[in-house]
Amino acid sequence: MSGLDLAPLWLTFRLAATTTLLLLLLGLPLAAWLAHSRSRLRPLVDTLVAMPLVLPPSVLGFYLLLALSPANAPGAWLRELFGVNLVFSFAGLVIGSVLFSLPFMVQPVAAALSGLPPSLREAAWTMGKSRLSTLLRVELPCVRPALVAGVVMSFAHTVGEFGLVLMIGGNIPGVTRVASIAVYNEVEALNYPAAHAYAAILCAFSFAVVLLVNLLRRRAERIA
Amino acid sequence: MIEFSLQKTRHGANGQLQLDVAATLAAGSFTVLSGASGAGKTTLLRLLAGLEAADSGWLQVNGADWLRGGHSLPVQQRRIGMVFQDYALFPHLSVADNIAFGAARGERALVQELLDLCGLAALARQHPAQLSGGQKQRVALARALAMRPTLLLLDEPLSALDHGLRRELQRMLRDMHQRFALTTVMVSHDLGEIFAVADQVLQLEHGRIGAQGTPAQVFLQTPRDSSRIALHGEVLACQPADVMWRVTVLVAGELVEVLLSAQDAATLSAGQRIRLSAGALQPG
Repeated sequence: MSGLDLAPLWLTFRLAATTTLLLLLLGLPLAAWLAHSRSRLRPLVDTLVAMPLVLPPSVLGFYLLLALSPANAPGAWLRELFGVNLVFSFAGLVIGSVLFSLPFMVQPVAAALSGLPPSLREAAWTMGKSRLSTLLRVELPCVRPALVAGVVMSFAHTVGEFGLVLMIGGNIPGVTRVASIAVYNEVEALNYPAAHAYAAILCAFSFAVVLLVNLLRRRAERIA
Repeated sequence: MIEFSLQKTRHGANGQLQLDVAATLAAGSFTVLSGASGAGKTTLLRLLAGLEAADSGWLQVNGADWLRGGHSLPVQQRRIGMVFQDYALFPHLSVADNIAFGAARGERALVQELLDLCGLAALARQHPAQLSGGQKQRVALARALAMRPTLLLLDEPLSALDHGLRRELQRMLRDMHQRFALTTVMVSHDLGEIFAVADQVLQLEHGRIGAQGTPAQVFLQTPRDSSRIALHGEVLACQPADVMWRVTVLVAGELVEVLLSAQDAATLSAGQRIRLSAGALQPG
């Protein structure tokens, strides 16, 4: 244990925290839109958001690898405009993780928001509050259990990623070698004690997360 | 003064409703929208609030255009107080914070005044889940008044409460209406309530105004100079009792028994709509 490289664990934590933060910024407006929109595009967006639930991570990773590669138009454009190469980089991992964990943030929050009585938002509007202010001050506080579940599950799901990370990030120590990749790497190198250590830490973490979500859910049910 | 002519077609559970209503409500008046369910009462209230968009029409409030030529003033800028049928209290905020939510900065004194006026001072720190129906209703009313609205809109605010509470809250509504110099529009189909609070009734029938006037003008069908009262009811049962017949009638939610001769009773059957006339009133 003394020789265990902690860099993959720290990298995993940074990736999951960044992803969750970005999902809060992008996912919550999207959830609000899905919950209230009557647009014809809604079923399409709903489907796209849910896609990562059924899509093999390697497929999403493969397309992202192609899209972000400087050999292809979007990647070349990014390099020209911002001078960045997202393939095999931490930023590339973040983009992939955000897309991959999107349903874990958006779906519970959208479901909870659409379950609120419409009169709650309407009451806030009559009191002069904008749609954004109503979302932040009335709707989101009312769906706090779903919000907490979304945050915890997004974080945990990012920690558990493997195929997607391997596709677009590869296995670069300190840059893209997250904990799940480190397990794979140690097994390949026949370094079983290190693989055991990483695997046990991930197991304990997953158990704690699911337990936390269940406890939160039970508390929310008791209050309601 | 509120003047409007509003049109809207909606498809609801009761089929299509074509709302087409024009009216003028004097400043400081208390108007009740009444009519059968599906007649368009709530839709009209929501059009006035700006919570729903009219297909066409116009709306002017105290000289300001709220709707004209397709341009609609957003609900946030209309300065209305609205009380919803389900109260719509914010569950995560205390009673005081619910009321303060709509109040402008520096209106702390008003929030305290409303807490006192509505008898909520002792409940200020409680959350809505801990309140009874009548208490929730008072919070909803106080909250609607906290932004000093010119127009107060109420959607069947008392329908879920029992009789005694209703009377008490009707008095409170009337007091607030006067104290805050409001123009009030309320949806109701409780006749007792309408007579207790309204100056004016707009009775809607299939999306149009069927009758308009004071509650007495709209609802009292007996001649004005008559000392007799007419009660409309439904026959529930006719049973022989010795030489007479005992007829049970449902009038305004109350059961009334009337003794009739066999000859008179023969003309009645269960389910029939009838009119009862009474000539004497005694203090209860």
